[in-house]
Formats: sequence, C-alpha cells, structure tokens
Amino acid sequence: MSSADSALPVPVGRPRTRASRRDLWRFLAKRLAAGVVLCIGITLVSFVLTQLVPGDPAAANLGNRAVEDPAAVAAFRAQYGLDKPLPVQYGVYLGKLVRGDLGESQQSHRTVKADLAEYIPATFELALFAIVLSLVVGVTLGVVAAVFRDRWPDQVLRVVSLAGVSMPTFWIALLAFFVFFYKLGWLPGGGRLGPALTPPPRTTGMFTVDAALAGQWSVLGSALEHLVLPGLVLATYTVGMLLRFTRASMLEILGNDYVRAARAKGLPERVVVVRHVLRPALISIITVAGLAFGSLLSGTVLVETIYSWPGLGQYAYTSAKNLDLPAIMGVSVVVAAVYIAINLLVDLLYGVIDPRIRLS
Amino acid sequence: MSAGSVQAAAGTTPDVTGVTGVARAPWRSPLAVVGVTIIAGWLVLAAVAPWVAPSDPLAQDAAILQAPSGAHWFGTDELGRDVLSRVLHGARISLPLAFVLVAASTLIGSVVGAVAGFFGRWVDSVAMRLADLVFAFPGIILALAIAAALGPQLRNAVIAVVIVSWPGYARLVRSLVLAARTSQYVVSSRLLGASGLRTLFVDVRPNIAGPVLVMSALDIGNAVLLLSGLSFLGLGAQPPTPEWGAMVAAGSQNFDRWWVGLFPGLAILTVVLAFNFVGDTLRDVLDPRTARALRE
Repeated sequence: MSSADSALPVPVGRPRTRASRRDLWRFLAKRLAAGVVLCIGITLVSFVLTQLVPGDPAAANLGNRAVEDPAAVAAFRAQYGLDKPLPVQYGVYLGKLVRGDLGESQQSHRTVKADLAEYIPATFELALFAIVLSLVVGVTLGVVAAVFRDRWPDQVLRVVSLAGVSMPTFWIALLAFFVFFYKLGWLPGGGRLGPALTPPPRTTGMFTVDAALAGQWSVLGSALEHLVLPGLVLATYTVGMLLRFTRASMLEILGNDYVRAARAKGLPERVVVVRHVLRPALISIITVAGLAFGSLLSGTVLVETIYSWPGLGQYAYTSAKNLDLPAIMGVSVVVAAVYIAINLLVDLLYGVIDPRIRLS
Repeated sequence: MSAGSVQAAAGTTPDVTGVTGVARAPWRSPLAVVGVTIIAGWLVLAAVAPWVAPSDPLAQDAAILQAPSGAHWFGTDELGRDVLSRVLHGARISLPLAFVLVAASTLIGSVVGAVAGFFGRWVDSVAMRLADLVFAFPGIILALAIAAALGPQLRNAVIAVVIVSWPGYARLVRSLVLAARTSQYVVSSRLLGASGLRTLFVDVRPNIAGPVLVMSALDIGNAVLLLSGLSFLGLGAQPPTPEWGAMVAAGSQNFDRWWVGLFPGLAILTVVLAFNFVGDTLRDVLDPRTARALRE
C-alpha cells in the first residue's frame, strides 16, 4: 500500500493481458477507419466548396488578355479537367488521391505534392517549437495558479491567460516584428535562414534537425534564431489556453479525498502536487494540447504571412487568394488528416497515462 | 444567501435558477465588472462615433503617415486618413457583427443540436457527422477556403465564420438535450400529450439556456478574432472600410509607422479581452465542475 502511494503505479510497463491488447487493436482499427471516412468527407467538402462558387479559376489564373480568348480558356479548362462533369472530376481526383497524386498547382505549375513536401516540414518545425514552448510554459504557470488559488499570483495569471487568448495573432506578430526586429535588431524578422547561408542537406526538411544531423552549427544557430519570433508569437494563444485549462483541471482534482489523504499522511506538498494532482490532470491537458496543435496550424496562416515563413499557412493563404483549386484541396486534406492523426494519438496517450481508459 | 444558492444551483443540473444566478453573481467579480464596463464603453463610442470622431473616417485630407500629435491623436494612415476616427468608426462594424455572428451560430447550432439530440436516429447521425467534418478542419483553414471561394467580401467572411462556429453549439446542445430527454419532467410532459417539438421548446429549452449562454459569451471573442483575421488576410472587409483587422493589415504594409497598426489592434484586443472577462466569470458561476472546485 505505502509503496504504491510513494510511487504512483506506472501503467506503461504493466504487463498487458492478451485480451486487453486485442481490444486496444480493435479500438485503433475503429478509430483509423473513422479517420479515413472523415478524410473522404473532407475531400468532398473542399471539392464541393471549390466547385459551387462564383469564382472562375480560369479568370483567376490567366491574364486579362488570355481570358478574352475563348481558345485559351478552353485549353486551360481541358488541361486541368475543368470541362468534365463534376462527379467525374471528383472521381478522378479521388482516384489520384489514393495514389498520392494531388494534382498540379495552377499557381506554381508544380505538383501539389511537391509543393506540400516543401512547405509541410517548415510549418511542422514551427508548430512543434510553439507547442513544446506552450506546454512547458502553460502547464507550469497553470500549476502555479492552481497552487496559489485565489491569491495574487492566481489573479495575475488569470489576466495573463485571458490576455493570451484575446490577443489578435496577426497584431502581436506585427508588434513583435516592429520591436524585436526593426527597433532593437535582436532577432531576424523573416524567412528560415540568414541570407548568406544555404539550407542544410535535406533529410527531414526541418532546418534545425537537418543542420544538427549534418553538423552545420552556424546553420543550426541561424535556423533557431529565425524560429524564435514566429514561435513565440504563435505560442501566445496556446499558452493562455493551456494555462487556463491546467488550472481548472488541477483545481478539480485538488478537491479529491485521496489528495487530502496524501497530505494528512505527511507527504511533502511538492510530491502531492506533482504526483497526485498533476499526473491525473495531464489526461485532460493532453486533450487540450491536441486541440491547441490545431489552433497552432490555424495560427500559422496569420503568422507565416507576416514573417514570410515558407510554410503551409502561407501556401494556404496564397492559394485561397488565387483560387488555386488543387492546392486548396491538397492543403485542406493534408491539414485535416494531420489533425485527425493528432486526435488519434491523443486517444492513445490516454491509455498510456491512465490505465482505466484503455478502450473507448 | 446568494453565494451559497448560486453555487448550489450551479452544482446541480443547470436550471432556471441557474440563469438568475448568472444575472446576480458576476457583479461580485472585478474582472466581469471591468469587462462589462469596457464593452459598454465601446458600445457608447460606436453609437456616438459620427459625432465625436475628429474627422470623416474616409477623408484623405491630412499628410500621410504622420506620427500621433495634438491634431491627430493616433496619427494618420497611408492615405492621410485620421487613425483615431477610423478606429472609432471601426467599432460600428466589429461590435454589431460580433453579436450577429454569435447569434447566428448559436441559433443554427442550437436548432441542429436540439433536433439531433431529441429525435435521434438518422437525423442525429447526419447532423453529428456534418459537425465532425467541420471540426476536422482547423478553424481558419476552412474559413479561409469558404471566404476565398465565395469572394473576398465582409458578408462572405461573416458566412464563413458562422459555418465554422455552429458545430460547437450543436454538440453542446445535443449533449444537454440527450441528458434532459430521459428526465422526469420531459417524460411527464410527453405523457400529458405534448408533442415532441412543444416539449423541446417549452420544457427543455429553458433548462439548457444557461450553458449555451456561457458558450456564446466565451465564443464572441473568438468570433471577433476570426473575422478580423480574415479581414487582415484581405478576405473580409475591403478598402476603404474602416475595419480593425483590415487596418492592422495596412499597418503591416508600413510596419515602421507603428501607430497605423497599433491602435486598431488594441481596439480588437480590448473588445475580445472584455468579452472573455465576462465569459470566464459566467463559466465559473455556471459550470458545475469549476463551481465544485471553487467550493472546496
């Protein structure tokens, strides 16, 4: 009994019965199938959306002179399959999608797949930096707020977290750009690398990782430097979100009898807070972190345009602005698929953290 | 009596007394008072903007990009328009739209959620799969695609934000209705011969109003942020409309002239912050989970 109290039972290394493992696989398969159905739904949504609209892709992508010329318009339509009936266009798109072919961007005249392959790692690097930052800062501050409930640190942190979620991302991006790049010159104001440097040899597409792998330390330094400003800006919202949530779920658990029992037994407050309160609170925090990652992907649209970060957000924005249908659909499908995958991962993490929830 | 009774009301399933609790308790929280004051202040400014603004928000009659001074408190923008006047007039666009956005999303989401929860079966499946679909997109990506597809216009940006926001309400209302459906009062009402729709509207509606109200209050801030974000990207309000997001975009074109973007952004921040102060307090009062934690 006492040994179980001083170290909470660790579910990770627990031997699993064959039945529970089979249930886990069944649960996984069910969630995967649901995810695939959702992805197909998403392609349908973005397809219908981009088809039923007044915007004419020919007008958006051909020059003014070419649009006057019926032959040029017809050639454009034929080239991108726009002259076929809608269900056929969708069927063709889906068929290609299964083979990993997302079509050709009308903007860059490259395959959407090539575009995405170039932009996804940049955004992933940025979002990863921001989510790690927000988890560390947000959860720590949330624990502080819960421990000091209703005293001044809690009041201050409440305003801080509300300010974080109320800040227009694009505005704080602009201010940070002005102060830290333009006025103080402390940090670079855009791009992923200094102008004199060439990108490291591509392995993952994330400059920091690739540079470290290749041992190019100056490149790594520059890449990190370029991450700081957009990463911090991106994290303002999620820090506020995670802070608020960590505090709420900590408070909920602090009221439990077993916490009182742990205290009564004379355990140091630090042990009570970290082992008996934070650990169970992590379950709900992880759900919210999954949501937070989604809002980071949203945030990149606003932040990347300001910091000229060549990622998915900027690509989504330019292709939406130019009615580049294959690109819009490609971005939507990929982002939604990533989002679904993250939610699946969150469900799995539940099982690792809380042995009681191993199945749906 | 009130502190105890409010929490007691919040601790049980939210009911009509919970709604009266909303009206009374927030005044005890300084944050809510600050929030309500700021919102009231902005509403007054929006109402009197044409009379108090120093000049016409569209008039290009000053030197361009002047720093703040006695003549132009917030400076002038890239076309020589008075930034203060534009910020004040911007309140006449952003504030009404904030309420319209949330009212529309709440209405659509509640109706869909209530019908899905109450009648169940295929209606439920279809509605919830639709909600899942919208949830599968990170908000702004879908809003961006919709706004771009419909054409860059403020009206279309509003439609996009509503399409992105309604599923949250649908899910909430559905779960509340599901919980209420098996309750004694609903069963009694049905036994008395009331139709499904009547029961839903007369008996269930007042009992789920509280949480929906909290969600709306918490959501107004997000709606304002999303809409101004779309305008910032050029997919919402078009020039020369003095919309705050679009004004920050103008500021980003001239980032070295800080005043062009700073003040409209501050306006967005204060409005969103004020709504979040109020929403957060309302949630503390109404959400049984937080209320229980507070009672400890």
